[in-house]
Amino acid sequence: MGILVVADHNNASLLGATANTVTAAQKIGGEITVLVAGSNCADAAAEAAKLNGVSKVLVADNAAYEHLLAENVSLLVAELGKDFTHVLAPATSNGKNILPRVAALLDVAQISEIIAVESADTFKRPIYAGNAIATIQSEDAIKVITVRATGFDAAAADGSASIEALASVQDAGKSAFVGAELAKSDRPELTAAKVIISGGRGMGNGENFELLNKVADKLGAAVGASRAAVDAGFVPNDMQVGQTGKIVAPELYIAVGISGAIQHLAGMKDSKVIVAINKDEEAPIFQVADYGLVADLFSALPELEGKL
Amino acid sequence: MKVLVAVKRVIDYNVKIRVKADNTDVDLTNVKMAMNPFCEIAVEEAVRLKEKGVATEIVVVSIGPKEAQEQLRTALALGADRAILVETADKVDSLGVAKILAKVVADEQPGLVIMGKQSIDSDNNQTGQMLGALTGMPQGTFASEVAVDGEKVSVTREIDGGLQTVALNLPAIVTTDLRLNEPRYASLPNIMKAKKKPLDVKTPADLGVDVASKVKTLKVEAPAARSAGIKVGSVDELVEKLKNEAKVI
Repeated sequence: MGILVVADHNNASLLGATANTVTAAQKIGGEITVLVAGSNCADAAAEAAKLNGVSKVLVADNAAYEHLLAENVSLLVAELGKDFTHVLAPATSNGKNILPRVAALLDVAQISEIIAVESADTFKRPIYAGNAIATIQSEDAIKVITVRATGFDAAAADGSASIEALASVQDAGKSAFVGAELAKSDRPELTAAKVIISGGRGMGNGENFELLNKVADKLGAAVGASRAAVDAGFVPNDMQVGQTGKIVAPELYIAVGISGAIQHLAGMKDSKVIVAINKDEEAPIFQVADYGLVADLFSALPELEGKL
Repeated sequence: MKVLVAVKRVIDYNVKIRVKADNTDVDLTNVKMAMNPFCEIAVEEAVRLKEKGVATEIVVVSIGPKEAQEQLRTALALGADRAILVETADKVDSLGVAKILAKVVADEQPGLVIMGKQSIDSDNNQTGQMLGALTGMPQGTFASEVAVDGEKVSVTREIDGGLQTVALNLPAIVTTDLRLNEPRYASLPNIMKAKKKPLDVKTPADLGVDVASKVKTLKVEAPAARSAGIKVGSVDELVEKLKNEAKVI
């Protein structure tokens, strides 16, 4: 059995979720090959070669792969994938964009966002916004799978795999990168943060998120948001935690002014400790919170900041 | 340009689902069903393209049980011109749906296909991408902005770090994110008019598609419940508990 892991990266470095995906691959069992497709991506490939359990890194370095356009990368992955029993990618926006296209090219089903490996062909995944967990078995010859990073620990960086360059270039010629607008932040990345503090509609406006930022700075935390806060335009949508946003499972999740709709809970209810600060003591968030504080956030947040 | 929109009938997003006692599935008997929210956004975007004069005809298609006609009528009431139901008795997985849609695309030859980025029941987020592979069309997934310009469509996509814009050759596939638009409500006169719009019913066999899936669901369970927590009386108590009891700060 051979497992191909499609790395997610920004050419200069790997995205953290790739290391979690390698751990999922280890649980399936078999030789693990990581594919780094990109442009000037030698640094990302070197990082991939250090991941524990990886035996080989394939590097496809070409301008056609620079922005991981699904049309081009899926052709490459499908071409390579024929020689593997499993093709895995992290369930990041790139993984979710590319892998279903790979599966259809290989004429097999795709299994999205697994949270556990039961055996080489049986996996667990959440459905209905995480309100049910399905155990599914695939009889396809090649299992094409995206991995939810919060379901697996990150593989350690103590390996030394060989690195091999690929000559193959696949360019569908049907799509082009125009530009990107990336949010800049000095704080830890949401999906990798140990502590997250999130604000909801109760924050009232975008300026009030400064109250959360101050607490986040004291805790070294990332700042998230509910869909209500994003839709209201308080903060950009890449901060959204939930079924349709990012899925997180930090050590500590502090939900401030968030009611706790199903959509939001789907993204954070696997956090180790959940704290809710809300002035409505009937808010559903209190049903999942380990520690609940019924208080006005505008007085509680500055007080919390002062006491940390 | 003809626009094809795919819609799915799913459990209403407000419903608190129950897992069946025998762990075979989620219980859908007597549960409120509705159009998948991402599909509503897809219909709205198609209607806006028609209002701008970009789209000339909107064809809406659904794959599912007979009752999915209700969701197709909703789409017609929102502004779609005609509907196709590919009726299936059993559940069809994303690959099966993509194969059926690929046949519909071959028949209808749309300039643009718009669909939701994921359905809120299976949470797969696959069908649009698979349809892209099967038809060879480029894909603009998780779209928050769509602009058709001559032979190309420019799609702004929601990605992990922010936004990305790509230019795709038409025909292309767009899958919608929540922030693409705010869907309108159907007015009563439009609901009445929608009843007279054409709705074709087909089967996968008519289209020559085998929808058998190689993925079996062995078990469906409720997730592990979180144990009930405690309410603290003050910020001091909260900080104390987090430091000494939970030891997370």
